[in-house]
Amino acid sequence: MTPQAVSKPIHYRYFINMGPQHPSTHGVLRLVVGLYGEYVLSLEPVIGYGHRMQELMAERRPWPAFLPNTARMDYACGLPHQHCYLLAIEKMLGIAVAQRGEYLRVITTEINRIVSHLLWLGANLLDLGAFTPILYCFDDRENFLDILEDVTGSRLTHCWYRAGGVLNDVPADFADRLRAVIKRMYGRFEIYKNLVTDNIIFQKRTKDIGIITPDLARRYGATGPVLRGSGIAYDIRKSMPYSIYPQLDFDIPVGEQGDCFDRYIVHIEEMRQSLRIIEQCIDRLPEGEVRTKLPKKMTLPPGDCTFSVEGARGEVTYYLVGDGSDVPYRLKVRAPCFSNLSLLPELCEDMLLADMIATMGSLDLVIPEVDR
Amino acid sequence: MDILSNIPPHLFRMIIAVAVVLGFVFANATVMGYLERKLAGRFQRRLGPMEVGWHGILQMPVDGIKLIAKQLIVPDNVAGILFYVAPLIAMSPVALPFLVIPFAPGLQVIDLDVGAIFVLTMISFNTVAVFLAGWSSNNNYAMIGAMRAVAQNIAYEIPILLSVLAIGLMTNTFSMKGIIEAQKSIWFIIVQPAAFIMMFICSIAETNRAPFDLPEAESELTAGFHTEYSGIAFSLFMIAEYTYMFVNCCLVATLFLGGWKGIPLPFGDYSSCIWFFAKVYFLMFVIVWCRWTFPRVRFDQLMNFAWKYLIPFSLVNLLITAILVKLL
Amino acid sequence: MKKYFSDLVTGAKSLVAGFIVTFKALLSPVVTVQYPREKLPVGKGYRGHPILILEDDTGRPKCIACGSCMRLCPSQCITVQGEKKEGDKRKYPTVFQVDFTRCSLCGTCSEVCPVAALEYSDVYGLAGFTREEFQYDLLADLPGLVETGFKPVSAD
Repeated sequence: MTPQAVSKPIHYRYFINMGPQHPSTHGVLRLVVGLYGEYVLSLEPVIGYGHRMQELMAERRPWPAFLPNTARMDYACGLPHQHCYLLAIEKMLGIAVAQRGEYLRVITTEINRIVSHLLWLGANLLDLGAFTPILYCFDDRENFLDILEDVTGSRLTHCWYRAGGVLNDVPADFADRLRAVIKRMYGRFEIYKNLVTDNIIFQKRTKDIGIITPDLARRYGATGPVLRGSGIAYDIRKSMPYSIYPQLDFDIPVGEQGDCFDRYIVHIEEMRQSLRIIEQCIDRLPEGEVRTKLPKKMTLPPGDCTFSVEGARGEVTYYLVGDGSDVPYRLKVRAPCFSNLSLLPELCEDMLLADMIATMGSLDLVIPEVDR
Repeated sequence: MDILSNIPPHLFRMIIAVAVVLGFVFANATVMGYLERKLAGRFQRRLGPMEVGWHGILQMPVDGIKLIAKQLIVPDNVAGILFYVAPLIAMSPVALPFLVIPFAPGLQVIDLDVGAIFVLTMISFNTVAVFLAGWSSNNNYAMIGAMRAVAQNIAYEIPILLSVLAIGLMTNTFSMKGIIEAQKSIWFIIVQPAAFIMMFICSIAETNRAPFDLPEAESELTAGFHTEYSGIAFSLFMIAEYTYMFVNCCLVATLFLGGWKGIPLPFGDYSSCIWFFAKVYFLMFVIVWCRWTFPRVRFDQLMNFAWKYLIPFSLVNLLITAILVKLL
Repeated sequence: MKKYFSDLVTGAKSLVAGFIVTFKALLSPVVTVQYPREKLPVGKGYRGHPILILEDDTGRPKCIACGSCMRLCPSQCITVQGEKKEGDKRKYPTVFQVDFTRCSLCGTCSEVCPVAALEYSDVYGLAGFTREEFQYDLLADLPGLVETGFKPVSAD
């Protein structure tokens, strides 16, 4: 049953301050929620607690020195950010990327997407009050992170991509280990189906809750699984193909009506598709150099350049302006979470408090990415 | 000597009983706290507490000491004395249901005619405590939790009573001992499976355990009604919760699982006691199992479930029972 | 009315399926390790804090104190000074300090080193009470290295 819209007795409204320290405002988001009973009358996200001036930092140092920062934009899925920054730089400087390096970039990006979706899955269920799935998700996540750690040198804030390819080649047993983990992961979906997808309580909590209409999603510029949950098959990997994605065979899962359950299904399906992409990439992984030789110092030519990639949460865009020096004149990052968060106030009006939490969880917000 | 002989022996018996019951209440909370954490760990494929003592067995006593030693932080503008009284109200009636619970044929303080009803009455006291705690905390989260608790407990007491009534129709008594005696040939779980399931679900809801832990739904209300409580006040709520869980399970075991009855064990008089505790702790295990498996239901769904499913079903069950009892 | 009952049946079935999943987990072995007591091997590619590699024959650092790492470090956390003493063929570092509080473990310093004199340790979980504890002097002994018996990969 969907709660009926209540008339707005604004005088009886009382406020609760959710966050910045609240179990379900992952990270440092603060929500000023005006309530009437348990109905949400107004909701105002307050952001900026995690602001680190990332874009300004980029304008103060040579462009290679910004690479470690890109992975710190989005703590759960940093590699697409790094990928995007480098693709923008490479487009601007006209650098050809080593084929093997590009394949490895795509493999690790997709691993990172799975890792991020698994984190979302666990955290979203934690918001719904199920404690156990997050531990199972972390179990799976660890397997992928172990591989990423071996390759990129760290588990979370990876800094492995370099202009023209990647830093170093992968270990010899990389493909075999990855195949084993992928095989295991395919089997794990059954557990999530039994424990979560089919569960009557989960379905009652998510179906018909937080419906994002295609119109609403378009108006706020939502991207990623949030948009695809609403039935719009917009994925940068297909609609503005970059890197080696045109050569790969994968589908864009879309939801039907844009409720929390559809977003959940889209996330799960995307994990399957990412596994497919990784399998194809391992099979076709070319031999050779992982990185093209580049001159020591490369200056950014005057002019600007934008590049978009599909991050785990939606469209990541880097806009870069060069002025002839090796320090970018301007860098602007379009983070998907900001747009996805901005539709929350309109979405959550007249909702029950518990549904508001479920909806917010389903948007897959990473607050440091909003604040940057 | 004269003075001692003038004191009626009842008084000694009462004092000993109170001491034993209170000791058991704390021991039960300790054991359940440990088991819950250990089981939660195993359900999630980790080990749970391992550091304090062998396999973390001393974790709960140590936690208890920590909670007792902690400062009781009282926020500004709480509703004065009520804030302090609420945990005491939660804690004080927990000893009373033990009066009528038959642990073994001879191990029952008093066999009231309305034993089952008496237990339910004492359990409902918890609602008052939870509401007072939420109301007096001067915290919106706590207030929402308190309101949820009241609505939830009132809704779920009805199907519990209706299920107990179905048993009462069959046995003609609410005395705990009488109900156990009536299960000589067959346990009531076989005769009344629907009543058993409904009563068990309701007792989970009644004790505010997941998936019905709405008064303390942590992802929504941080900690719900006990948001502002710290130290010993918080632990009194927790002890009360575990004790009510135990009492509820005792009631279910008595009404449906034949109480102390079971295959004779080679422990003489103790075997019936062992059977009783085995049944009760099995039910508690199922409750813990529920908590670590399911997501939390939403508030209106919880009420819908009570009013649209449990109450009609228990009424129908009662009707069928009444007809069958009349006919047979 | 039909939905009313079918909801009940499918719901009950799904709950039982959930019960089975967690009960299987209860019976299967744990996947965690008791961290401070037992430790998993660190991945080969793991990057800890930077360390200096010594020459095999002389036991002195390979570093030629050229300062590339210092210049290119994104966090500017490396300080290198060197001098050519009497009787030496080349410059040796006299000061090599890493401010680990600022290091982002990006890998640039070992990447740009012309003589491959920088490597990464596999020490993790470093903790301290003051910032000063993380001002590492790479020419002296570093915390954690002795206990783990770490040898730089390229030193063998």
